[in-house]
Amino acid sequence: MYRIRFHGRGGQGMKMASHILGTAFFLAGFEVQDAPRFGAERRGAPIFAYVRAQRDPIKERGIISHPGLILVADESLVPMPAAGILDGVEKSSVLFLNSREDAATWKKRLNFPGKILAMDLIGADLNVPGGQRFFGAICAGAAAALVGVIPEDILLQAIEAELTHVEAEVIRENKTRALAAFQAMMEYSGIVKEGGGRQAAKFKKPEWIEVPFDEAGVSAPAIHGSRTSELMKTGAWRLRRPVINTSRCKGCWWVCSTFCPDSAIVAKDGRPHIDYDHCKGCMICMVQCSAHAITLVNEYEAEEADKSE
Amino acid sequence: MNKQMLTGNVAAAWGARLAGIDYLPAFPISPQTEIIETVAEWIDTGVMDATMTTLDSEHSMLTAAGGAAATGVRVFTATSSQGLLYGMEMMYALAGWRVPLVLINVSRGLGAPITLEPDHNDVLAARDSGFLQLHCSTCQEILDSILIAFRLAEDKRIRLPVLVNLDGFYLSYTREPVIIPEPKEARDFVGPYDPGTVRFKADAPISEAVAVLGGEAYSYFRYEVQVAARKALEVYEEIAAEFQAAFGRSYDKIDAYRADGAEYLFLMIGSFATKAMDAVDQLRAAGWKIGLLRPRLLRPFPDRDLRILAAGRKGIAVVDQNLSFGRGGILHTEVTSSLYGQPGAPPVIAGFVGGLGGRDIAAEEFYQMAEDLKKACRKGVQPPMRLLYTAGELTAMRKLQTIAHAVRPEGGRDEKH
Repeated sequence: MYRIRFHGRGGQGMKMASHILGTAFFLAGFEVQDAPRFGAERRGAPIFAYVRAQRDPIKERGIISHPGLILVADESLVPMPAAGILDGVEKSSVLFLNSREDAATWKKRLNFPGKILAMDLIGADLNVPGGQRFFGAICAGAAAALVGVIPEDILLQAIEAELTHVEAEVIRENKTRALAAFQAMMEYSGIVKEGGGRQAAKFKKPEWIEVPFDEAGVSAPAIHGSRTSELMKTGAWRLRRPVINTSRCKGCWWVCSTFCPDSAIVAKDGRPHIDYDHCKGCMICMVQCSAHAITLVNEYEAEEADKSE
Repeated sequence: MNKQMLTGNVAAAWGARLAGIDYLPAFPISPQTEIIETVAEWIDTGVMDATMTTLDSEHSMLTAAGGAAATGVRVFTATSSQGLLYGMEMMYALAGWRVPLVLINVSRGLGAPITLEPDHNDVLAARDSGFLQLHCSTCQEILDSILIAFRLAEDKRIRLPVLVNLDGFYLSYTREPVIIPEPKEARDFVGPYDPGTVRFKADAPISEAVAVLGGEAYSYFRYEVQVAARKALEVYEEIAAEFQAAFGRSYDKIDAYRADGAEYLFLMIGSFATKAMDAVDQLRAAGWKIGLLRPRLLRPFPDRDLRILAAGRKGIAVVDQNLSFGRGGILHTEVTSSLYGQPGAPPVIAGFVGGLGGRDIAAEEFYQMAEDLKKACRKGVQPPMRLLYTAGELTAMRKLQTIAHAVRPEGGRDEKH
C-alpha cells in the first residue's frame, strides 16, 4: 500500500494536495482513502493530510503512523515538534522537503533513516501574495511523480476534478505548477514503494499501563493560573511578519493594537510594539494602518536579518 | 457505474438526496455540518426538491423534524455529539409519537473536556431513546444505510425514527470510493412514502403526544415501542435482502468477518472495525484462528444472530470506543448480557476500552488484545477491563499537566498563584 503524508500549514492546501493525489490514484484504478487532519481552524498552524492507495480495498484507517512518503510544503515546519513530520519514519520512508538547502544537509541534520529529497519547488510562490494556495498542487504533482504510477494526464485530470469550483485561470495556474513539480521529480519516479502491513507474528508490544488514580485537583481538566497561553509560541505559525517602520508610524498606537486579533501588539511609550512570539502574521495590522507604516517581510528574510544582527 | 471519491458526510448527503427527502430541519455542528451544507447547496441549485429550515438549536431541530414527520412527509436531519444530547429530550418524544424519520449522528466525543474527535458516548447515550440505530464503518455503508433506514423507519409495522451513525474524522472527513446508485434504482428501492395514519393536517386534526396517567396506558404504549423495535429485527432482514438483490451489497445485522472456524473474535462497531479487519488478516497470516463481529444494528440488539455467531468460540474481545463511568464499556455489558447462560457461549468475554476522543488503535494493540484474550481463555477467567493507554501517553499527559500547573502528588510542579 502507498502511504503518503502531506505536511503543511493551514492555508497551504495540504487537504487539496491529498484530494488531488487521491483522485489521481482513483482515476489510475487504485482503491484510495484520503483525509485531512486538523483541530479547530488554524491558518498557519501545522496540519497534515494523508493518502492511502493500493489495488485491493483498504481496511487501514486514520492517521498514517508509518508513512512511505512524507512531503513537507515548507521547510520551516521541520523543527516544530507539533508538526510531527518525522513521526513513525522507517528505513523505507522517503522524505521530500521544499527547501533551499540540499538533501545531504537535511540527511545529516535530521539523522533520517530513509531517503531524503530536497528541492525548492515553492520559492517562486512563497513571496507572492496568495502564492501559498498553490503549494497543494505542487506537492501533489511531486508526489505523483515519486510514486511513479500516475501518468501526467491523469494528474491533470485529477486537478480539474478537484478544482471545479474555481475559475479557469486558477485551474490553469495549478496545472502548470503541478506539472512543473511532476517533471522536476521525474528523475526519482518510483522511488516510493508500496509498504506492507504490520506483522502480527512478531510485533512490538504496546506499553500499556494502568492509568493511576489522581485526586480531582489533578485529574480535572483545568488550567491553573492565568496567561498560560503565553507559553504557546503561536508566532511559529507565521510565514510572513509585519514590521513597523518607526519613521512613518505616527504613534497613534491604537489602530494596529486594537485590530490585532491576537493582542500581539502593545503600546509602550506611545509607540506600538509587536510581540513576535505570538503574532501569527495575519497582516491585519498592515491593512488597517492608515499611515502605511507597517510592511510585510518574509519570515526567512527576517530571521536571517535577526541572526546577522 | 457512478463511483466517486466521497467523504462520509457527502455520502450521507447523497443518501438523503437519493431517498427523495421532503424536509431537512438543520442546525450546524462539527463534524456534521458538511452534510447539511451539501444538501443546502443541492436544494439551492435546484438539484434537490426539498425544504430546508435552519432552527435555533438541536432541540428545536428535532421537534421540527418530528412535527414535519407527523404531517406525513419524508424527513431527514443530522447532528453530532453535544447537539445530539441537546436534542435528546425530543428523541424520546419522537419515538413515543411513533413518527418515522432518519437522523444522522456523526460521532464526536462529549465534553468535558471538549473535543472534536470521535468516540461513541454520544450515540450510545441515545441507546434507550426508542430510535433504532445503524452503525457504519465505510463511506459506502453510510449512503446505503440511509436508504435502508428510510425503509425501516417508514415500515408500517415499525414506524420508529432511525439513527444512522458514522464516526467523525475517520469517516466524516475521509474520502473513499463510493458507488452512487442510479437515482431511479434508489427511488424504486426506497419507494414513495405512504404515511398511512401519519397525517397531522389542519383539516383532519389529531392529538399527538397525549398525556396518560395511570401506569396501564403508559406501560402499554412504552412496551409497544419495545415490541416494534424487536419486530424490526425481522423487518430489517427483509429490507437488507431486498437491498442486496437490488444493489448487490449485503448488510447483515452483524457483519461477520473471517469468523468461520475462528476460535477467537474481536467485536466492535464503527469505522475502527475496518482496522480490526486488517488486524484479523495479519493475525490469520500468523496462524491465528480469529475473526471479527461488527454489529451494524445496535437497536434493536441482534441477540439471536450474536448467539449463533458466538457459539462454540473460546473467547471474544469486545473493543468499546466509549465509557460508562463507574461501569466500563457499554458494548461489553450488552454482549455479556446477551450471551450469558446461552448454550455454547464463550466462557471469556474480555472488555477493552480504546479510541476515546479519536485516539488511534494501533495494529500492534489489536495483536496484544488477541494475546491477552488467549491468555485469559487459557486461565478461564474473565480479565478486568483494560484501557488502551500507553506509558508514553501518560508521560505526554504529565507534561501537559505541568504546563497547566496541576499539582501532582509525585512531585510535579507545585506553584502558588
